[in-house]
Amino acid sequence: MRVALFVTCVNDTLYPRTGRAVVSLLERLGVEVEFPVEQSCCGQAQFNSGYRHETEPLVRRFARAFDGFDHIVAPSGSCAAMVRDNYPRIGAKARAEGRGSELADAAASVVPRTHELTEFLVDVLGVTDVGAYYPHSVTYHPTCHGLRMLGLGDRPTRLLRAVKGLELVDLPGAEECCGFGGTFAVKNSAVSSAMGADKARHITSTGAAAVCTVDNSCQMHIGGTLSRLGSPVRPVHIAEILASTEEEQW
Amino acid sequence: MSGRDVVLGRVRRALADVPRDESPDDVPVARDYATTHSPADAVETLAENLADYRALVHRADAAALPGLIARLLAERGSRSVVTPPGLPPEWLSGTPEDVRRVADAADATPHDLDAVDSVVTGCALAIAETGTIVLDGGPDQGRRRITLVPDHHICVVRVPDQVVDSVPRALPLLVPDRPLTWISGPSATSDIELDRVEGVHGPRTLEVVLVRA
Amino acid sequence: MVGTYLGMPAFPEAARDAVRDERLRSNLTHATHTIRDKRAKAVAELPDWGRLRAAGAAIKDRTLRHLDHYLERLEESVTAAGGQVHWAADAREANRIVTRLVRETGEEEVVKVKSMATQEIGLNAALTAAGIRANETDLAELIVQLGDDLPSHILVPAIHRNRGEIRDIFAERMADWGRPAPEGLTDSPRDLAEAARLHLRQKFLNAKVGVSGANFMVAETGTMVVVESEGNGRMCLTLPETLISVVGIEKVVPTWRDLEVFLQLLPRSSTAERMNPYTSMWTGTTEGDGPRTFHLVLLDNGRTDTLADTVGRQALRCIRCSACLNVCPVYERAGGHAYGSAYPGPIGAILTPQLRGVASELDASLPYASSLCGACYEVCPVAIDIPEALVHLRERVVEGGEVTVRGTRTTVRPARGHAAERAAMRASRWALDHPGVLRAGQRVAGRARRLAPRRLPGPGRAWTDTRDIPALPAESFRDWWRRTREKPTRESGNGTKGAGR
Repeated sequence: MRVALFVTCVNDTLYPRTGRAVVSLLERLGVEVEFPVEQSCCGQAQFNSGYRHETEPLVRRFARAFDGFDHIVAPSGSCAAMVRDNYPRIGAKARAEGRGSELADAAASVVPRTHELTEFLVDVLGVTDVGAYYPHSVTYHPTCHGLRMLGLGDRPTRLLRAVKGLELVDLPGAEECCGFGGTFAVKNSAVSSAMGADKARHITSTGAAAVCTVDNSCQMHIGGTLSRLGSPVRPVHIAEILASTEEEQW
Repeated sequence: MSGRDVVLGRVRRALADVPRDESPDDVPVARDYATTHSPADAVETLAENLADYRALVHRADAAALPGLIARLLAERGSRSVVTPPGLPPEWLSGTPEDVRRVADAADATPHDLDAVDSVVTGCALAIAETGTIVLDGGPDQGRRRITLVPDHHICVVRVPDQVVDSVPRALPLLVPDRPLTWISGPSATSDIELDRVEGVHGPRTLEVVLVRA
Repeated sequence: MVGTYLGMPAFPEAARDAVRDERLRSNLTHATHTIRDKRAKAVAELPDWGRLRAAGAAIKDRTLRHLDHYLERLEESVTAAGGQVHWAADAREANRIVTRLVRETGEEEVVKVKSMATQEIGLNAALTAAGIRANETDLAELIVQLGDDLPSHILVPAIHRNRGEIRDIFAERMADWGRPAPEGLTDSPRDLAEAARLHLRQKFLNAKVGVSGANFMVAETGTMVVVESEGNGRMCLTLPETLISVVGIEKVVPTWRDLEVFLQLLPRSSTAERMNPYTSMWTGTTEGDGPRTFHLVLLDNGRTDTLADTVGRQALRCIRCSACLNVCPVYERAGGHAYGSAYPGPIGAILTPQLRGVASELDASLPYASSLCGACYEVCPVAIDIPEALVHLRERVVEGGEVTVRGTRTTVRPARGHAAERAAMRASRWALDHPGVLRAGQRVAGRARRLAPRRLPGPGRAWTDTRDIPALPAESFRDWWRRTREKPTRESGNGTKGAGR
């Protein structure tokens, strides 16, 4: 089984710790991870802003970079959803525009192999107890694309519940969007900030030490809001919790 | 060019992607939804759902019906009651003569009806899952206006014969070219803070009598 | 607030003002959360909801793909049942037809059932200009009309008003339109509903002309369907001598049987009821019962332009339930007026830019009025993939391209005001397509990270006004990987295997 890490551009650039945590976690579970260096970005920011044609080279690059791997693992719900939901659309539109099936084929080749991290753990590896230790109270915010586009369901919370020492605290209004939404956060900053402030208020009200998500892009918005509002809750990616052990805390 | 030609021409141009030889039936519609959610006791479910939306539900056998209707009119203090032309005469046989019977007349104005306290009708059928009674203007139901303007509606449902489980079971039994009124509880509004309040323009009191044959 | 959407600012500016309006925020949060939970319960009662939803979408798709066929069939059925069918290509034509039909009756007043189509075409203003008074009879529409306000919700047009505000509007304005509000009117919803009942009663009893829309039109039988709660619909549909229904062409469904799907989907999604209190169905005219004359005005007004777009077309499945508004976090905070049309919320954000085009700044801003969270798609009873349509319309805004405008195929240019964004997207894509460049950039940023300001200038301010920016790491993931795991670097290689920590 050849497994590739798709670290995502946000993690690569801003949250390398998360990528390192994924590597550490998967290796602990006996998975040999590879990092195809030709990878860059899924193209979500371009695509969701309406620049579909700018996304196409990134679709090709993605398919090329991950050719030959059995599984592509992304520590991001929204990047995995971009590949799984939108790559086929990009392919179909290119075909409808009379540009052949190259992009559609590229999409079809990666869609079934692309997994968000918790999907890979639960569905492919079949584990929920990854042997982690994290002695903190944690509340979980299900990010929208993981929740609704991928249908992650209770995979993340099953993994968290199995973590030794971790106390999982319910988040009020958990399924409401945090207000990030990529360029939405800037184009409609007033609404985005109001959503973020409500989310931060709910998070703080749990009294948890940390808020956990499967998406560092949403986390950047949530964490930035919490920090600006002076909340003591710290944001943490699920990979960093699952990578933590009694010997090594992330 | 007529408005008709303009609109239909635009529709046809807009559908250039639809193959010329495609027929409507070529577009699949899977009807694998339930035709009934199989209420264990349709009459009980009907009663519960009617009551849930604040209809007042009563039960009687045929012999007790005239007395029950008389009591409901009396409790309400009704001095007049409008009836459709084909209402079984025995339904009002227990009601005292001093409660004025108003036959629905073609030349009666809405104002005339507004002066009437109550209306008594039968129905075409009732739907258990949704708590709905359906009127189709049949002889024991009359014109739509008589069940609309008076503030108190007593509707008699013959059970179990007139009760169907569900909307999919009801539609084939109804005749589309008759004027149909589906009633699920008394009039209501949620327009103020999305909070439901019963009683606006239609009859504010809906009493449904389930009569066992 | 004046009674027109014309000249309203783009969504972000209008939304910014709404977000600051604490009373509005609290009214909306209260109302939308109430209905949200109720809807979830009403839907959960039906184990086959997913299959009903799929059937609803499929029936609408069948109809839309053969819309000409079904419209002709409908016209035939309605005419055979004694109705008269009129066709209006746009709002102006529809208003002209309705005005003429009312004038022909000799009446100067009409009673109206709440109708999105007549709101969309501005019928009330057109009638007023012709000396005809249009009385709204739905409670929420009455609140809006008395308050010289605009609707802000599809189902509950006065959702932005709380009970206290409604009391004040009734007390101050009812007398201008007819029977005044009772003395000592309280703000209890029951008393407010009673005041509306008394105010409108005389209007109903005297009405000679009713104006409505319709939720469904059955092609096979010519049957019109109106679902409602208060009984004002029944009043308007049965007491007047003349009934004029203005209905969008997409409201047709093929068969009588198809109603079994929509009459289950609509009430549960809309008012969260198993069934709404009243549903009226009529087919043409009936001797001795109801209006003697029935006119059906079939309205295009941008619908065929929407139909011409194979992705955007799905917006025409909409049955106006408003479930998407009630779950939308953006709607909850921005309010309905910010969307600048009769159709607010997520459905408005994809419908308005298709019905009206994206030429105005407001209309071009609507596809961006979403964080793409997908809650709208999840609750939509006819499975309109609103996020997909939003992204599709964003593409139209920034890239332009082929569209249909008033029936004519035309090529639109990219909207103005996106030049800087376009350049940034191109540049970022180029960098991302050259990992060597990306890596160089990461290294520069990593070295300069201590210089990063807490507050950014220019467009970045929109972020840092309310949110801190993350600290830049000293080393990107890719550099860490190379440093710690490496065999010799090989940029074109397929992958590099991990080799110890």
